[in-house]
Amino acid sequence: MFFQKDAETMPRAKIREIQLERLKYTVRYCYENVPFYKKKLDDAGVTPDSIRTLDDIRRIPPTTKADLRDNYPFGLFAVPMKKIVRIHASSGTTGKPTVVGYTAHDLELWSDCMARLCAAAGATEDDIVQISFGYGMFTGALGLHYGLEKLGCAVVPNSSGNTEKALMFMRDFKTTALVATPSYALYMAETAKKLEYPMSDYHLRLGLFGSEGCTPEMRTQIETAWGLFATDNYGMSELMGPGVSGECEERCGLHINEDYFLAEIVDPNTLETLDEGETGELLVTTLTKEGLPLLRYRTRDISRITYEPCKCGRTFARMDKIKGRSDDMLKIRGVNVFPSQIESVLIGMKDVSPHYQLIVRREGFADTLEIRVELSDTSLLESYGKIEELQNRIKHNMHTVLGIQCKVSIVEPNTIERFVGKAKRVVDLRNQTEEKS
Amino acid sequence: MAIQQISVFVENKPGRLAEITGYLAEGGVSIRAFSISDTTDFGILRLIVSDTEKAAQVLHEAGVAVSITEVIGISIPDVTGAFANVVQTLAAAGENVEYAYAFLTPEAGHAYVILRVNDNEKASQILRESGIELIAEAAITG
Repeated sequence: MFFQKDAETMPRAKIREIQLERLKYTVRYCYENVPFYKKKLDDAGVTPDSIRTLDDIRRIPPTTKADLRDNYPFGLFAVPMKKIVRIHASSGTTGKPTVVGYTAHDLELWSDCMARLCAAAGATEDDIVQISFGYGMFTGALGLHYGLEKLGCAVVPNSSGNTEKALMFMRDFKTTALVATPSYALYMAETAKKLEYPMSDYHLRLGLFGSEGCTPEMRTQIETAWGLFATDNYGMSELMGPGVSGECEERCGLHINEDYFLAEIVDPNTLETLDEGETGELLVTTLTKEGLPLLRYRTRDISRITYEPCKCGRTFARMDKIKGRSDDMLKIRGVNVFPSQIESVLIGMKDVSPHYQLIVRREGFADTLEIRVELSDTSLLESYGKIEELQNRIKHNMHTVLGIQCKVSIVEPNTIERFVGKAKRVVDLRNQTEEKS
Repeated sequence: MAIQQISVFVENKPGRLAEITGYLAEGGVSIRAFSISDTTDFGILRLIVSDTEKAAQVLHEAGVAVSITEVIGISIPDVTGAFANVVQTLAAAGENVEYAYAFLTPEAGHAYVILRVNDNEKASQILRESGIELIAEAAITG
């Protein structure tokens, strides 16, 4: 399924031609309309005229989240407020929110981007789609909302929370597709199983998941619980919201809307551009945005890009599912640890639930990692030996995947916090005094 | 003659045992016998109660991890060597005792012992053949 087939299947040369033309335009547009960028480009000795090839982008210093915060709330907007028709803010997962503004034209292109990704994932005008992202300042819900409407789907703007009522609508409306974070989709399945209605009362066939990472194991679990086909999409409010990239039905990477976004992979430490196929931090330059154009925005997300055309017919480059965040990455005893690695170990085990919490402490001069998981197979209560065996098995699997030793604590079911929005699973106590409970 | 026992996962944190036993009290469930043992992180509470189904229901509703298993109960005379005799009998037949707990009985001069073994049926038969008295669930819960 295609929403804009001509654009989505352009030959690579055509994509590069459009990208270069739009990059030149965007650099000049930033230089002339955003004082922050004029100074940044002047300091780096980059003039708009000196951008002649796509590789010239490497001379532009990256933009960071701190730049957005320093210019809070509207300092980086490139248009006067009379041109702005919508304002969103990031969820503020890692500090003060960042504020983004859209012109009417921005919203139009945003819904095009979203409609393309939803169609690529398999959504059609026959679908009834429930949006279980929180509405409000977060870009996720409204981004999907307008994209799905544009595609012709019947949108149910349920928002998040009040899960039982959401489930009632899903049964009664015979809702066919769900927009949610992967962890909330799992939580909804847990809740649905506790109600008196059989799972056959639900008709979900497609999941459009995003806003947080989803390991292949978690995806399988969601698909099994709901009997749906799960797809991932990617974006961030600073760049627009969801709509930057998304999986097609082949599910072999997320197609980047390359006519609107120029993506690069760099080494997160040196910021040097990496070759195709190498893993590093994703940098994105917006190519058409009017309200808040960004040059080489550091997403902090770790991924990899391939430019090979896809079996689905799309020529847009594909990025890997996000492996982790360069700033969420935990460095424990010198080893890089991504929470997603821990998740993939736990999801492969039947006797614990996939909800977990990581606690990092500094004991003496050594870092320690404690993984708290919920017991789900109560038959293990028959003997300590079985629970100890489970603890040792988790420890062993973690050691195999992470390369470090950790402590595993088994806790009571349903005691680890469930997250409706982005999950906050890491408690880093290395520079804090711990409250004794 | 098997007796139903509830095992409860209890995290090692202040007040948790009070909460769990509180749920049982609110549910009108009477504890007839129990044992609790712990490791550094958690403990397992094992209970024989007046109404097993009700106890499992109230605990489950409170989000507590429970499992129900069958154990056997015996009545032994309060004399030296009585328990040793039981364990020797089982050992001779290759039956392993995973855990056991004992408590006083209304029957003077006797103690009741709850035994968790590998094979309830086999162990019951061996004990019966050796003249050891098995008790029914009603003897404890009644």
